[in-house]
Amino acid sequence: MDRKPEKPEPADTAKLYWRENIKLVCGLLAVWFAASFGAGILFVDVLNKVQIGGVPLGFWFAQQGSILIFVVLIFVYVGRMRAIEKRFGVSDE
Amino acid sequence: MDTQTLTYIFVGSSFALYIGIAIWSRAGSTSEFYVAGGHVHPIANGMATAADWMSAASFISMAGIIAFSGYDASVYLMGWTGGYVLLALLLAPYLRKFGQFTVPDFIGERYYSKAARVVAVVCLIIISFTYIAGQMRGVGVVFSRFLELPIEWGVIIGMGIVFFYAVLGGMKGITYTQVAQYCVLIFAYLVPAIFISMLITGNPVPQLGLGSDVVGSDLSVLARLDGALVDLGFAAFTEGSKSKLDMFAITLALMVGTAGLPHVIVRFFTVPKVSDARRSAGYALVFIALLYTTAPAVGAFARLNFIHSVDEQSYAEAPNWVKTWEGIGLIAWMDKNGDGVIQYGAGAPFEGRADYDGAAGAHGERLLANAPTDAANEIVVDRDIMVLANPEIAGLPPWVIALVAAGGVAAALSTAAGLLLVISASISHDLLKKTFRPQISERTELLAARGSAAAAVVVAGYLGINPPGFVAQVVALAFGLAACSLFPAILMGIFFKAMNREGAIAGMVAGIIFTLSYIVYFKSPWFGAVNDADHWLFGISPEGIGAVGMMVNFAVAAGVARFTAKTPPSVRHMVDAIRIPTDAKASK
Repeated sequence: MDRKPEKPEPADTAKLYWRENIKLVCGLLAVWFAASFGAGILFVDVLNKVQIGGVPLGFWFAQQGSILIFVVLIFVYVGRMRAIEKRFGVSDE
Repeated sequence: MDTQTLTYIFVGSSFALYIGIAIWSRAGSTSEFYVAGGHVHPIANGMATAADWMSAASFISMAGIIAFSGYDASVYLMGWTGGYVLLALLLAPYLRKFGQFTVPDFIGERYYSKAARVVAVVCLIIISFTYIAGQMRGVGVVFSRFLELPIEWGVIIGMGIVFFYAVLGGMKGITYTQVAQYCVLIFAYLVPAIFISMLITGNPVPQLGLGSDVVGSDLSVLARLDGALVDLGFAAFTEGSKSKLDMFAITLALMVGTAGLPHVIVRFFTVPKVSDARRSAGYALVFIALLYTTAPAVGAFARLNFIHSVDEQSYAEAPNWVKTWEGIGLIAWMDKNGDGVIQYGAGAPFEGRADYDGAAGAHGERLLANAPTDAANEIVVDRDIMVLANPEIAGLPPWVIALVAAGGVAAALSTAAGLLLVISASISHDLLKKTFRPQISERTELLAARGSAAAAVVVAGYLGINPPGFVAQVVALAFGLAACSLFPAILMGIFFKAMNREGAIAGMVAGIIFTLSYIVYFKSPWFGAVNDADHWLFGISPEGIGAVGMMVNFAVAAGVARFTAKTPPSVRHMVDAIRIPTDAKASK
């Protein structure tokens, strides 16, 4: 895609870094999808057969659980990106 | 002291605080006016983002919507929080690296086109004004209920305050006022929630309230509520009435729309570094989640309390709040069986919206001119009052009620200020400086920014006092538009180097035309369309159509980009630079 890489090394680093980033984002978005659209909508009826602490599980995912998972996802992303950026020497910290 | 005096004191001192902060942090340059100079700490930005994002709708309406629609309301809970994951993972870090002032800035530069920039400005202005009208209205409702001022006066006072700190302080002033407003609003939301949770379940953590047992019984709040609702002829609280596909589409449209809202995106331009933008999105969601995980419990408690205090209650002995809210037209009771007792149940009590005929009935209630229905239900309540009335319904002390009033105003003002700022920046920066008058000096641009913020306040106030006919319906429009235009354009700008000017513009225009016409067709009174699942495309409601509009945008953009000129090398280099956090520009 990139034409005439004058300094081949940084361009390679950039490409590898970007690939790692995309892999991480796809993985996290899969969890994002499963927690909200999956557990909260598509499989809500099945999960509602299970009760945890007086709340049907599917309903809990739809109203509270998914939100908690979203918070965790962003912080996992922050942490993993920090590690990836250190590894490729592109960290701004 | 009575509630009204306390409310004056609480609201008045919160205003004094906001004005003090505005004077302390006024903006001196365009960079400070647009993005607070890019010096905001990620935690402060997280709080400001939370206040910016949580509007009158989140504070006042959401728990009410949950109270009256149960599981169906999950679309708002997931939609309005899940968008932050998209924002953090897909947009915020890259836009921060890009490092300009506005969202149209990015679209204009990335697609090397003034036309693309102008399309983005038009979307931004429609989205922001739709949204802001509701905020001003929210301020008006709080004032009219708690301070017994006419709604118009409430709106005008709100305008005055926002005018002061947005015009003077720009983004810098707004940021630090929003931090204060977040503290006010979250405190005001949690205090009554904790009180009510203690009263109903004995557990002080409202987030755990749904599953806790009701005091003096071995049934959980949800089980109790499901039982009570089914007895009254409603669907159970935990059951939904929307189709799965519609739930799916609405949630997606709200998530993507949230990530595409300009006043939220621009907050991530204010932090110092790319890594700060990511972290800041995380903090923002933590602060938002504090309210959003409380809301389901508040909703369930409110519904339970409402049923207990209203159903089979004689009107003459009904609690005071029933009459005060009836007084401003948000509760209506029609004694259909003439027994002087309020019967509550499923179904509308009468045809259409409450139309008070001015006379008082046998028990002192406001009589209605509407035709009664066959349903046994006699009372209709505006769901927006649930959060505001909750402390009264639960019999909490007057200072809690005053606190809630101050919180509602904080939520509305913080969002209004954020919206005003993106409107003014898009006019002074994108339209004037970058499109029509590039020769203006920074001083003139700053003056133009202040001038357009002032003009926007006036228009917003006008919309708040004279809301367009179907104002409650148009929130769908704001999210739908953001979902079908700005979000896809930004996303493709970052992740698809091959996306060119022609593709992006065609995609945005197609997405907007599709989404806008669908919403207007079903929501406006002009076409006489029947707005129900049988008539919708694939059974997707106008609230969810933005998700389809986004697909339309992607498809059209990809198609057009294939057959038109390639992206120029300079733009490809720009995208490469945006993708990596380090270089001179990013780490200042």
